[in-house]
Amino acid sequence: MMSSSLATVSYIGATILFILSLGGLSNPESSRRGNLYGMIGMTLAVLATVFGPRVSAAGLPWIIAAMLVGGSVGLYAARKVQMTQMPELVALMHSLVGLAACLVGFANYIDPMAALNLSSAEKAIHEIETYLGILIGAVTLSGSLVAFGKLSGKIGGKPVLLPGRHFLNLAGLLLVIVFGYQFLHAESVNAGMTALTVMTVIALLFGIHMVMAIGGADMPVVVSMLNSYSGWAAAATGFMLNNDLLIVTGALVGSSGAILSYIMCRAMNRNFFSVIAGGFGGGAPAKKSGDVAQPAGEVAPVSATETAELLRESKSVIIVPGYGMAVAQAQHTVNEITQLLREKGVNVRFGIHPVAGRMPGHMNVLLAEAKVPYDIVMEMDEINADFPDTDVAIVIGANDIVNPAAQEEPGSPIAGMPVLEVWKAKTSIVMKRSMASGYAGVDNPLFYKDNNRMLFGDAKKMLEEVLAALRG
Amino acid sequence: MRIGIPAETRAGEKRVASVPEIVEKLIKLGFSVAVESGAGDAANFSDDSYRAAGAEIIEGAAALWAGADVVFKVTVPTPEEVALMRAGSVLIGFVWPAQNPELMQQLAAQKVTVLAIDCLPRMLSRAQKMDALTSQAGVAGYRAVIEAANVFGRFFNGQITAAGKVPPAKVFIAGAGVAGLAAIGAAAGLGAIVRANDTRAEVADQVKSLGGEFVKVDYEEEGGGGGGYAKVMSEGFQQAQREMYAQQAREVDIIITTALIPGKPAPRLITAEMVRSMKPGSVIVDMAAERGGNCELTEPGQVVVKHGVTIVGYTDLNSRLAKQSSTLYATNLFRLTEELCKTKDGIINVNMEDDAIRGLTVIKDGEITWPAPAPKLPAAAPKPAEKPVAAPAAKGHGAASEPMSVGSLAMVFGIGALLFLLIGAYAPAAFLGHFTVFVLACFVGYMVVWNVTPALHTPLMSVTNAISSIIAIGALVQVAPPQTFLGNFMDRPEGWIRGLAVLAIVLTAINMFGGFAVTRRMLSMFRK
Repeated sequence: MMSSSLATVSYIGATILFILSLGGLSNPESSRRGNLYGMIGMTLAVLATVFGPRVSAAGLPWIIAAMLVGGSVGLYAARKVQMTQMPELVALMHSLVGLAACLVGFANYIDPMAALNLSSAEKAIHEIETYLGILIGAVTLSGSLVAFGKLSGKIGGKPVLLPGRHFLNLAGLLLVIVFGYQFLHAESVNAGMTALTVMTVIALLFGIHMVMAIGGADMPVVVSMLNSYSGWAAAATGFMLNNDLLIVTGALVGSSGAILSYIMCRAMNRNFFSVIAGGFGGGAPAKKSGDVAQPAGEVAPVSATETAELLRESKSVIIVPGYGMAVAQAQHTVNEITQLLREKGVNVRFGIHPVAGRMPGHMNVLLAEAKVPYDIVMEMDEINADFPDTDVAIVIGANDIVNPAAQEEPGSPIAGMPVLEVWKAKTSIVMKRSMASGYAGVDNPLFYKDNNRMLFGDAKKMLEEVLAALRG
Repeated sequence: MRIGIPAETRAGEKRVASVPEIVEKLIKLGFSVAVESGAGDAANFSDDSYRAAGAEIIEGAAALWAGADVVFKVTVPTPEEVALMRAGSVLIGFVWPAQNPELMQQLAAQKVTVLAIDCLPRMLSRAQKMDALTSQAGVAGYRAVIEAANVFGRFFNGQITAAGKVPPAKVFIAGAGVAGLAAIGAAAGLGAIVRANDTRAEVADQVKSLGGEFVKVDYEEEGGGGGGYAKVMSEGFQQAQREMYAQQAREVDIIITTALIPGKPAPRLITAEMVRSMKPGSVIVDMAAERGGNCELTEPGQVVVKHGVTIVGYTDLNSRLAKQSSTLYATNLFRLTEELCKTKDGIINVNMEDDAIRGLTVIKDGEITWPAPAPKLPAAAPKPAEKPVAAPAAKGHGAASEPMSVGSLAMVFGIGALLFLLIGAYAPAAFLGHFTVFVLACFVGYMVVWNVTPALHTPLMSVTNAISSIIAIGALVQVAPPQTFLGNFMDRPEGWIRGLAVLAIVLTAINMFGGFAVTRRMLSMFRK
């Protein structure tokens, strides 16, 4: 058994390791070490707690059993998940943290020992912490589940907008405050329990409502926002349990998630609050504003063989992948084409929009899985100036992130969003299943440009044909 | 309006500013064209051919200048020509305003408008069709190779014949600008082994694409000076470059030098020593002869033989291919005329809002407008007036955020101070300790994450997700607290708490192990 001080020192060590872990993750060279720091920190924190003064030997079998069950499920899921399903997995995992925060909160509330020897002010604060912890946990839980549903396609991607949704949210908030007041003044645990349960239900509904109202295009922001919530839930639990390690770690995760969401909103040139308030991506605003020019003209289709021909004759190629590549699992074929072209001396690079895919960095992960070297994978800002010198730009299953309307039509719903300027390349080829619009519900004038060609069909199948034609 | 094409007056100049084929097109744009009698003779365009194209032939320069609203010229106008200009007319041709300040004053005094084709903003992609510097340099580069072949005593291509084996000529081209690249193409086309060098390393691919071999200087320095020109290099680089040139001089048969830096005398690349080291019968063509020459022994305008090496210092390479040069130049001016006369009604409109035309216009109605402000690149902001918002947003992350306005900053600090005041007034001491830790941790999180590369967003999120399963600690302490802590609270709902806590541990364990494992899997895929 460790002494109390020893446990505290271990906690400080764990905290430092967590900070190093997040810091390490900010660049590819140090990222693996960063993950290792995280693992060591977590092991240290758990061991220090289990062998610390607050857990008796009687609990050990329970803890070991629970860890074994959870750990094996987790490892199994981590091994089985396909890289294209990462966003869903991460969203699902957030919901677990939210649920755990709720459970710990409830357990803490019914535990008479927790509020032992507290003055009335301290007790009030303690109860507010419990209440908040459960509230955030519940919102994270239901919000993440809805996000999971949307990302995995089980729920439609279009935002669901209830009439007067802002008032519904406001009413929910008021109710939460009213029940919070009742909860604080509850005579017994049982009386408080009612208020706590009602609040939990409201929080769950709020979480569902909030994420339902956000369109599929904004899912990257939502996932990272929920990530942030799960951190705040941990921090609130830390306050409740007087545990500094939980507070620090929760705050780290919470603030880093919030920053990440903010960075992404900025990448889309969107106001953070308007994303959270939801409703974007319905397509309805596009039709209302009359000054949006409907793109017109002919689209020029192209065959896989002709695409291969164009690629073979070019000196510089930029590939812009989007969600369509992820859906079609085409990243390996893309890599083979890339290698083939690079052997022929073609300068092939990738242009990644910050919000391509359904999760921040989604495309980078997929390309890395296919073993595309990361030094030819460029960010939007690095590569945008190079399009005029590019012979062929290939857009694989992306739409809104290459939409010239963002620059050319001030009335467009995506006006001002930074986009990859593929239309400046000598030829652009868009691979797409059909002429349907993207998640933002906005038609894309790129398709009608003179130097654009459309390669219709499933991305993987088409790319395989291109690859075959290149080899042949 | 009437376009006048005078005969060029500079000694040895054989080019003409427009050719019959283009005259026809100009007339279609709505202009009438007058050509001085004999203007095209040196370039093999007879008066009759112009007449057939619809132009009027006028005897004598004075009559032509007097009757023209727009004058197309090739070379810099002489003071006599300027004196002939009518007030309000337009002159288009080479002017070189930086080198000819007196001429500029004289032109301004004549109250004319002057478009200097040499001042074209070359980085505008739509200006390429008007780029006479490029078209003329290309012709000169080609001709330089022909001049070299003319005085070189052997074949360019290697041959094995019944009469014996002929080794291919080795050609070294210094400077891979437009002229250099044209020379590479021409020499390679004749079958020579071509090597080339340039201080701008990025042209290596262009050299290769034309069949040349790029010779690197063994020294790291970037030589791009903007606008497609080179810049003056450091002493260390020049030393390494001299060594490379000395080496090439010993090995090759023909050297063609094209090195020019805008506004400076031509750099001395080939010393007398290097010329001496060359094989007898070798040839140097110095395309920079007019600006002092890249070779120490060059005599501008002359062909001289020094130490057995023929040094060609012609300054009129374009005139030596007058027909080709004139045709290309005439096309450049025609494209410019199209830009000036978008309405196709034969009236020129010098639109100073247009970046390309603004750059070209060095004198507008007697007022000197040179030098033009740097043109806005079209890629940067196609519609700057309409959406100023987009520019800051496009900066991407990682860049420092712009400071907030004083008002909103004051508000943020005000709200923060109020919150802290409330907490300080009501919260117990124990809470404040935790609160301190919390606030500081938020800042650490912010600092650590702010500069993350976008490529790592997903792994970062999955690792923070794994770390957030630290909430397991909360569940762990609830499972089985030691009896001493329990005291006399024997009515603790032991079963319930344990059940909830164990479930929470299972959930967080999934997250913990799964999160770290999946992050590890992702990161192991990132490779250079």
